[in-house]
Amino acid sequence: MCETCGCAVTDSSSHSHDNTIEVLASLKADNDLTAAHNRAHFNAAGVLVINLMSSPGAGKTSLLEATIEALASRCKIAVIEGDLETENDAERIRAKGVPAVQITTGSACHLDAHMIHHAIHSLPLEDLDLLFIENVGNLVCPASFDLGQHANVALLSTPEGDDKPQKYPVMFRAVDLVLITKTDLLPVLDDFDCDAVADHVKQLANPAPVLRLSAKHGDIAPWLDWLEDKLATRRQKPFTFVAHHHHHTIKPV
Amino acid sequence: MHELSLCQALIRQAARVAQEHGAPRITHLHVRIGRLSGVEADLLQQAFSSASRGSIAEGATLHFEHSPVRIHCPACARDAEVEVNRLACPHCDHWQTQLIGGDELLLVSVDLGHEREMEHV
Repeated sequence: MCETCGCAVTDSSSHSHDNTIEVLASLKADNDLTAAHNRAHFNAAGVLVINLMSSPGAGKTSLLEATIEALASRCKIAVIEGDLETENDAERIRAKGVPAVQITTGSACHLDAHMIHHAIHSLPLEDLDLLFIENVGNLVCPASFDLGQHANVALLSTPEGDDKPQKYPVMFRAVDLVLITKTDLLPVLDDFDCDAVADHVKQLANPAPVLRLSAKHGDIAPWLDWLEDKLATRRQKPFTFVAHHHHHTIKPV
Repeated sequence: MHELSLCQALIRQAARVAQEHGAPRITHLHVRIGRLSGVEADLLQQAFSSASRGSIAEGATLHFEHSPVRIHCPACARDAEVEVNRLACPHCDHWQTQLIGGDELLLVSVDLGHEREMEHV
């Protein structure tokens, strides 16, 4: 018998006397709690919140500029901008006459629910119809953090290659919409196949639509239609629009 | 590197457990990482040594358990283990499958040390 703890194992050095406590809690639990709190704020204010994610330079800010131009006359919009440094993107949005809050994350590669919570208290949420969150340009980290948004949108620009959904399945599995941007460059790219993108997204068991846009040529109609549809759902009472969530929970036994 | 912020969350959760049990230190942490969780065990390990410094988890060993990606197919009613970027049913090729495992990122358990007892051995 072990002399240290009285258990049945004879050699006291062969086992631990530590007390094992079962926890079974998600490491994202704190973030998810704040995200749920943010979502409650958004729902109470009746604002539709869209999280835009992509690689750096895929055209998130250009798409937002074009979207604001198209919708600002009939819809109140605001933007939360996430970047490692600079206020440049927020300034581009403000130049379109729309309120923008810049979050500079320093070295952090993504926005989290706490940063969004801080930012929403400087926005007139009650007056808004539509709030865009432009996440930090990165196809890896932003996918792991719920912010309280109602829908996730990934942009994939044509120069990046059509196999991004295969390379970044965590991101592309969890989005509600995929936008292929910079389609004006397709004539000079011989290796980008829009149908292949749609097929790769389908292989991730994701039914998200895959739309083709060129913000530069003002060709963003399918995206505006998608937004109008979501806004119409948002305005319905009682509120029924539920974001597409893939996370399942495991309860401690 | 989002592993650092997740590591800080891990240490906060583990510290809470240690505090609830009045334990002076944490000796081992067991974490389950799904292949579709978006987290790299190596990066979490690296982040742990700096994030745990000065905390109740300093010097603790981090153990990983990797969980495979598993789907349920509503068409043929079977489950299967699949690749991270190929979630279609390998039995019947139906593509709208349901993920039943592989996106977890869990603190499974914490081993609490009772330093004072050990000193007498």
